[in-house]
Amino acid sequence: MSFWSRFSRNRSAVAGLILLGIVILIAAGASLLFPDDPFKLVGKSMSAPGENGFLFGSDTLGRDVAAGMAHGARVSLLIGLLATTVAVTLGVVLGAMAGYFGGWVDDVLMRFTEMFQTIPSFIFAILIVAIMKPSIQSVILAISVVSWPAVARLVRGEFMAMRNREFVQACHIIGMNDWRIMIREILPNCLSPIIVTGSLMVATAILIESGLAFLGLGDPNIISWGFQIGAGRSVLRSAWWVCTFPGLAIMLTVLAINLVGEGLNDAMNPRLRERT
Amino acid sequence: MSKKISSASEPLLTIDHLHVKLPKGSERTYAVENVSYSLAPQEILCVVGESGSGKSLTARAIMGLLPEPHVQYEKGQILFQGEDLTKASPNRLRQVRGGEISMIFQEPMTALNPVMRIGDQIDEVIRFHVKKSKRERLQLALSLLEDVQLPDPPRILKAYPHQLSGGQRQRAMIAMALALEPKILIADEPTTALDVTTQAQILVLIKELQAKHNTGVLFITHDFGVVADIADRVAVMQHGKIVEIGSADSVLNHPTHPYTQALTRAVPSLIPRAMKPVKDNPILEVKSIVKTYRSGGGWFGMGAPEKEVHACDHVTVSLNEGETLGIVGESGSGKSTLARCIVRLLDTDSGEIVYRGQDLCKLDRAGMRPLRSRVQMVFQDPYASLNPRATVGRIVTEGPVILGESKSDAEARAREMLKLVGLDDRSYERYPHEFSGGQRQRIGLARALALSPEVLVADEPVSALDVSIQAQVLDLLAEIRERLQLSMVFITHDLRVAAQVCDRIAVMKLGKVVEQGPTAKLFDYAEHPYTQELLNAVPGREWSRAQLEKHSAVV
Repeated sequence: MSFWSRFSRNRSAVAGLILLGIVILIAAGASLLFPDDPFKLVGKSMSAPGENGFLFGSDTLGRDVAAGMAHGARVSLLIGLLATTVAVTLGVVLGAMAGYFGGWVDDVLMRFTEMFQTIPSFIFAILIVAIMKPSIQSVILAISVVSWPAVARLVRGEFMAMRNREFVQACHIIGMNDWRIMIREILPNCLSPIIVTGSLMVATAILIESGLAFLGLGDPNIISWGFQIGAGRSVLRSAWWVCTFPGLAIMLTVLAINLVGEGLNDAMNPRLRERT
Repeated sequence: MSKKISSASEPLLTIDHLHVKLPKGSERTYAVENVSYSLAPQEILCVVGESGSGKSLTARAIMGLLPEPHVQYEKGQILFQGEDLTKASPNRLRQVRGGEISMIFQEPMTALNPVMRIGDQIDEVIRFHVKKSKRERLQLALSLLEDVQLPDPPRILKAYPHQLSGGQRQRAMIAMALALEPKILIADEPTTALDVTTQAQILVLIKELQAKHNTGVLFITHDFGVVADIADRVAVMQHGKIVEIGSADSVLNHPTHPYTQALTRAVPSLIPRAMKPVKDNPILEVKSIVKTYRSGGGWFGMGAPEKEVHACDHVTVSLNEGETLGIVGESGSGKSTLARCIVRLLDTDSGEIVYRGQDLCKLDRAGMRPLRSRVQMVFQDPYASLNPRATVGRIVTEGPVILGESKSDAEARAREMLKLVGLDDRSYERYPHEFSGGQRQRIGLARALALSPEVLVADEPVSALDVSIQAQVLDLLAEIRERLQLSMVFITHDLRVAAQVCDRIAVMKLGKVVEQGPTAKLFDYAEHPYTQELLNAVPGREWSRAQLEKHSAVV
């Protein structure tokens, strides 16, 4: 069975993929749909959705909520992808070394990993951004720093299980060196769980970014969903739309990514393949 | 070997034209096709076949335990004392299972619940089926454990499965299966996971208990030696069909169907093959190597006490040029550890491994690299020993390329090697999962041969294969050894295979070599009691002897 037919057997995963596709399209076309700067004051403040030409209303200063959401989608996806890439790379390198070499390498790397895991991740992220000055780089860094330990643990487990398999022993016997065994022989065999975890991490990264922006720790020059919610929270009762629509955007995007991740898991994990 | 069957008795179990369907797109339509046989009380019926022959699925169909919805019952009858089990309600089936028909499995460790005490597990079986007081149940459990000859039953009752040995676990399983005096016992490869000496004991036990309780036994196995030891009647299955059924004597000694004939012929003979004339010119000498595994200990001596396992305890063996040295032993004897020390997958604690005058143990990884190609290994598990994500071509060329051969030379050589091991040229671009177990083992052999080794270490290379495939791979090994003038260290637990492959044999027990010598001498005049015990435990010994006498009479 091809990969796509296994993936598409899971209907909700396909729905998630479609939803995610729409979000990506909106993010890509944000400049076309809303050519103006989303921070620009474009009309009467606190307009309800549909009034004064605002699709999702305007906020306390008269900024267009819909424009902010479209531009914010770009930021959310960008941060999610970049932070995940950094975290996965770091996690794979450290986890692979710990799992493959074992012994004291494993001890040192895992104690190091545990140091990061003992601090609640969101508070840790706040701490990093607060120390470094809020900017898009510091947000990405903070998210990566709190996310990589999970990947490292996963990859370590996979490598530990693989390194004693007979095909790896056979590589030792033909004189292959360690790096080549790790990269060419073992890594391709643990790609599926890494891809699945990575896809779910994108969703978590988007949530963390929104949380940071909500607390005012996002990049002040860039509009994001979390920033919009934060800006609208004081008028939650008089202008519900300012918080609600960006909130829904976060929810649907995270949901979509999680569904896709689940679908990938079902399609790539041979042990679960026969579940239905 | 035939037994009188009480004349009045109807067959306990009659399977009539049973069809079990496989999912669409499988290799064949039916897992079990048009199978009919019957089992009388006090009878042991052996169902023999290679993997995928449908022998286990038939048994599962009887128990109503088919892995649905993938595999489904289609038509036919399973009559248990006149009652059609295929039409029985789930409730009735539950009564039958365990109560009237019970089953023992291949791997007692997975069939027992690891977090429950043996006593509780036996108790559960009794409690679900009959009303008895707690005291009576305990008494029954104790007597059952005594019946299966477990030492110290009260202690076993309180033990968890991991605290028992493989043989003890299988005995406990048998005790559970016999708890309610079932009329039929289905044994699905019950001794395959056990060592030969344990296997021999379990076979005797099953036979004794069967006679004592008048049970009908349906014994599923792939091993003709076991069949010869235990069966009253034999059914041979191939591709889901029964190809031959009859008394043990007629099927084993006068098989009529070509498949049965081929299978019985494929069973390696216990008479050692003629030894090759070998000069006393050692190419590889293992001198008093020691390898100890340590576990437990914890930090600063806290936690569990440290455990030491002497996997190799001053092992000394030598391999002459062009010779095949067999290392024979049961699980835990240290034979695989020895193999891994020789190819330097494991570091030894002390001792020397001298290859052509050079001590391999003293070399570090870089120093070892140029010698790597000289000593190569073939692994046991054809499924785990090939990288599932690499093409066969890459698997076979990797070694020569690392040694500095050009890509095109390596490819030419790989294609030559694949041809040598009997695979066609198209295999080069394909992936391991497209091949059967026997073919994969050939790929593993090609990988080792691509480096033109002088010494080949084969770690149980045929023990995961069906008997007919096993014969093919052994023939191939013999042919290649001749053609390439290889010296070989052959690790096996199977004395039949050892008799056909090895010039000399070293017998290992608990990390020590207890006896070594030329194969024929070892088989005829074993000195060490453990060697004798091993030889006596080989299943189907009597049958092999009878066969041989028959042959020599014809000649």
